[in-house]
Amino acid sequence: MTAPDQRTDVTALTDECLAELREIAGRYPQSRSALLPMLHLVQSVSGHVTPEGIETCAAILGISAAEVAAVSTFYTMYKRRPVGDYHVGVCTNTLCAVLGGDLIFERLKDHLDVGNDETTADGKITLEHIECNAACDYAPVMMVNWEFFDNQTPESAVGVVDDLRAGTDVHPTRGARIVSWREGERVLAGFSDGRADEGPAAGAASLVGLQIARDNGWTAPDFGDDGSDADPSGKDGEPNGDAADNAPTLRAESEHKVDDATPTKPAAKRKDAR
Amino acid sequence: MTTSATEAGTPDIDLLTPVLSAGWDAERAWTLSGYGDYAALRKAVRMTPGEVVALVKDSGLRGRGGAGFPTGMKWGFLPPDDGGPRYLVVNADESEPGTCKDIPLMLASPHILLEGVIVSAYAIGARTAFIYVRGEVLHVVRRLQAAVAEAYAAGYLGPDILGSGAAVDVIVHAGAGAYICGEETAMLDSLEGLRGQPRLRPPFPAVAGLYSRPTVINNVETIASVPSIVAGGADWFAQMGTEKSKGMTLYSLSGHVRLPGQYEAPLGITLRQLLDLGGGMREGSELKFWTPGGSSTPLLTAEHLDIPLDYEGVADAGSMLGTKALQVFDQTTSVVRCVLRWTEFYKHESCGKCTPCREGTWWLVQTLQRLEDGNGRPGDIEMLLDLCDNILGRAFCALGDGATSPITSAIEYFRDEFEAGMHTPATELFPYQASTVFEGERV
Repeated sequence: MTAPDQRTDVTALTDECLAELREIAGRYPQSRSALLPMLHLVQSVSGHVTPEGIETCAAILGISAAEVAAVSTFYTMYKRRPVGDYHVGVCTNTLCAVLGGDLIFERLKDHLDVGNDETTADGKITLEHIECNAACDYAPVMMVNWEFFDNQTPESAVGVVDDLRAGTDVHPTRGARIVSWREGERVLAGFSDGRADEGPAAGAASLVGLQIARDNGWTAPDFGDDGSDADPSGKDGEPNGDAADNAPTLRAESEHKVDDATPTKPAAKRKDAR
Repeated sequence: MTTSATEAGTPDIDLLTPVLSAGWDAERAWTLSGYGDYAALRKAVRMTPGEVVALVKDSGLRGRGGAGFPTGMKWGFLPPDDGGPRYLVVNADESEPGTCKDIPLMLASPHILLEGVIVSAYAIGARTAFIYVRGEVLHVVRRLQAAVAEAYAAGYLGPDILGSGAAVDVIVHAGAGAYICGEETAMLDSLEGLRGQPRLRPPFPAVAGLYSRPTVINNVETIASVPSIVAGGADWFAQMGTEKSKGMTLYSLSGHVRLPGQYEAPLGITLRQLLDLGGGMREGSELKFWTPGGSSTPLLTAEHLDIPLDYEGVADAGSMLGTKALQVFDQTTSVVRCVLRWTEFYKHESCGKCTPCREGTWWLVQTLQRLEDGNGRPGDIEMLLDLCDNILGRAFCALGDGATSPITSAIEYFRDEFEAGMHTPATELFPYQASTVFEGERV
């Protein structure tokens, strides 16, 4: 009943959307540069790149519909068929695939009863295998509406899609609470949704090296006399050492000494507050 | 020339040197209050643009996006100011398989990039800068948008930066899913609203780039390194690293290791040192092969554990430092399977502009698929090498070259596995379950 291709009620571009498309075109030194964000906005309203959206972008930019279509078919994120409420992408590029991404993707295809780039019968989830999404230190990785779900297993991935279909609140590992794919497309078009403050600054893997450095008292050299109005962390006046006391210790690992010839200087260079 | 593995740890320099990543665990690190007050920008606008360019040149900073081209020299290629616009474009389209440094940087610390953008735009005389970020990282786009808004409100962006009279505007531009747009001239076409296909060079972007105007394109990590160089000075930066590869950089460790993640160290650290810091390989695991800088850099093996990971050291070992994306695979892994998957990626991402890449990657996938299935034919290995020979150096851009790297290097080090593909499926030789991260917990 809510099969995505029957959602004609939301397909038409609204007057508000037309105004916003023109607004995007006005942001750039040359208006055609706006085409990619404009197509993101079309998707946010229509659920995919529609013929109407192509014609509209062409008219606003003063180019042919063929030129717009040539662009929209080049980029993987632009969809020619309606996308479900949630876009679920499983990384099956080499590293994620080997570490388990292939099994996650197979399990989800089976569990959702869809193939690659297909949408579930209830219109909720479009499943796709994706290329490397720049989170290899969190492999295997899954994206929902282009938010990071790190360190997945087949079981955890099934849990996420079940929660999405049930309407439960779902939070990515790093990112903002999942809303809809369309709302995300609106942000990519350049319209902020005011949710940048949700989620952490960094996941555990992003901080691994920093924590080992803190545990060992390792830092970059102090800035020279020449430029002492900032410290290397960019945080003036903050004692650099105190986070080390709170950081989960990785000392056990880091004390495997590296290489006999490499000098270690435990806690030798911890910087003072400026 | 090249330096020894241990020289990275020169007596005064620590093994890890967080600068770019130093603030990632600060309270609300992504906001101005978590980042700081743009001290480097305050200093830069008291210098002349030429002095900032000279400083970056003197520091020895080289591009962190893969090619390692000297940044100051790239900036120096811009023609003299003719009164017309010139542009800075930040390449935030991080998509090279294995590469995962710019995305966490922008997620945690968008302001360190933005401060670098403003300082760099000031240095090269660009009134408008673009951050071209891949579209598939929604929260990074949010954080960049919020950082730009904060910077405008604080007077770090706009018509009169910090009362200096200098003007810079920044536009955050989300891509739409195309690896090729990380190639700098394809990025320019994409930013002009076209299909992202590489341009013929010359003219180089410094002369005729975005809208045919002088343009500098730099990687995120490169630009994010600029504030620390301005604040600390060229000598401060150059005391880290090796003779020709200066400074600190983000190494991204992933795969069958105990502690995958970001390790910021002086250029020239070795994989052995990084692995030891991170507790080594996963339980019961032995290193089989690794990429030094993403899938486009030829594979290396355990015999290369002690090469210095700087531009010269990795080149001497027959590979490239690339993006310092250290993807580590253990003995459970089928190299044929890995190479096929990477090749499928290049086939999918080939823009179609030139024949060697567009057609060649299709042929490579078909041949590798046979070998993974155990249905290889006599002559398939020679055919792969011949195809690679017809792509390498004959493709329009580096994507085609990169596609050949995993194949030729894998055949060089693991030819017997390709030969086994004539009769035995890869999954029989290397049961794929055994390579997963969740399998180990059950066994």
